[in-house]
Amino acid sequence: MRAFQILIDGFAISALYALGATGFTLIFGVSGVLNLSHGAIMVAAAVAAWAAASILNVGTYAGALIGVAVALLAAFATYFAVVKPIQDSRRIPNEEKEIFVLTGTLLWGIMIQELIAYFFTNNAKTVLPIVEGVVDVLGVRTPKNEIFTAIVCCLVIALLWLLVNRTRTGKAVLAASMNPRGVTLLGLELTNIYIVVWAIYGILAGIAGVLLGMFLGVSSYSVGPLTASAFSIVVLGGLGSVSGSLIAAFVVGYLETLTAYLVSPAYRTIPALLLLVFVMYIRPQGLLGRR
Amino acid sequence: MASFFTTRLFFISLALVIIAATLPLYVSGYVLGLLTVAFYFGVFAMAWDLLFGFAGEVNFGPTFLIGVGAYTAGILNAQFGWSVYLCIVLGALASVIAGLVLALPALRVRGPYFGLTTLVAVLMLQNFIVVFADLTGGEIGLTIPDVISIDAGVNYWIALGFMTISAAILYGLSQSPVGLVLQASGQDPVQAGALGFNIVKHKLAAFIVSAFFSGLSGALLVFYFGTASVGTVVDVAVGVNVIVSAVLGGRRTVLGAALGAIFLIVAGEFLRPTGELATFIVSAVALLVVLFFPGGFLGAALSREARS
Repeated sequence: MRAFQILIDGFAISALYALGATGFTLIFGVSGVLNLSHGAIMVAAAVAAWAAASILNVGTYAGALIGVAVALLAAFATYFAVVKPIQDSRRIPNEEKEIFVLTGTLLWGIMIQELIAYFFTNNAKTVLPIVEGVVDVLGVRTPKNEIFTAIVCCLVIALLWLLVNRTRTGKAVLAASMNPRGVTLLGLELTNIYIVVWAIYGILAGIAGVLLGMFLGVSSYSVGPLTASAFSIVVLGGLGSVSGSLIAAFVVGYLETLTAYLVSPAYRTIPALLLLVFVMYIRPQGLLGRR
Repeated sequence: MASFFTTRLFFISLALVIIAATLPLYVSGYVLGLLTVAFYFGVFAMAWDLLFGFAGEVNFGPTFLIGVGAYTAGILNAQFGWSVYLCIVLGALASVIAGLVLALPALRVRGPYFGLTTLVAVLMLQNFIVVFADLTGGEIGLTIPDVISIDAGVNYWIALGFMTISAAILYGLSQSPVGLVLQASGQDPVQAGALGFNIVKHKLAAFIVSAFFSGLSGALLVFYFGTASVGTVVDVAVGVNVIVSAVLGGRRTVLGAALGAIFLIVAGEFLRPTGELATFIVSAVALLVVLFFPGGFLGAALSREARS
């Protein structure tokens, strides 16, 4: 009974983590950017969905769409206002661009977080779920919303896999992550590829944010922990490796759920952090990372 | 090194310190209190700049070093009643040990991987403090019975003196041959090693020095506040402020980091009337500086001087 509960809850959480981390790792793999405003973009999507559904009364579906649209806009704003100027800057030496992108996106994330707190307060917000009710799965009373979350996450990740491996655009993205210079030599504009990647990222982060808002609820305080969890999942899986992040998301998700159920919810994040430190020591490039 | 004492930078710094030292004679205790905190923060930022600007290590967890120093000093004083000065020294030593622990992964992993390790170190420390609430005071914080002094002027002078001495040592170190080797090993470790420099030794030294000053400053801050809490010395947000200070003031300048920290804290106070938007405005200004003046305040000023 309890085993099934852990299995089901852990799956939903892990799928959500996986979705949130996939976009993050995709951007790193293609353009070498670690986007520390990730958590802020997810929260922005959830809060937008909440505001649209609860204040403007547009309904849950439209609300969710508005949330994803806001995340998409936020992702583009991050790229054009923060990341691209730093990448193109001649005054910043190349070897320091990484830390500038980190600092810049971090500040940008704080700005988004503060704006959300200013306009919508720090209170936790729960987005109205698209499907309501409870269903019995293997003897465990499970909210339908939880199942919905898991299904949507898996579907979106499958779609992403198809997009990257089966379409021309996707193959260009894949090629850019392997050898950016080679791609430009083949006559593809690297900036266009980056824009595509940021668009994919925005949609993924938006869906993840809205689902998180329905499943657990968000507040502007969730920004830091969300970024940190995406960052650690991605590093655990190997920076830039999408399949590595998926595995890592499930490892972390289940580890957290197990600890929360069997030990105490207060210690929830500790085993995952310990595992992370351990993996860094014996395999610094992560589970499936290339060096 | 000798030529430094004739540069404009030296005279400007000297003048600033002298002016700052006379402040208690004519400003209110409120301003002094604000600047006292800003000076301790300045040391945090300078110690961070030594690691990042010179050793090339992206340390996302300056508060790990600060927190270990601060909490060690606080716990020894609050739980065992040891004297303030002994606690401060032991806090700094504990921080040095923490620095060595942090240096171990740094010698193995680089860039974002090291950054994450340091971030994890902070999160672990935070969890540890909450879990061992009996010893550490948990989320509420630890109340410390002793303080260095209750006089705002004395506290201010201690902070100013401590920052000035730290700045002199850290700046001197950064301009010395050791600093140059550090800079070389940060930028191209393979080549620096091929030239015969012991990179491991130099990096370890950088971690120890950075940790020592972070811990010392953290311990002093705790005895100034009379309390140690996660929100003031450990939280990731505090670490972010330290990093932003250093980048804002100008990385690889050491002195700029202190300027950045003072600016950040004073600006935050000036913007208090704007309420919740204060952090937004400070972050926006910092972002603009990062985008348009990547050298920071001091970097921009120095490059103008070099050009003229």
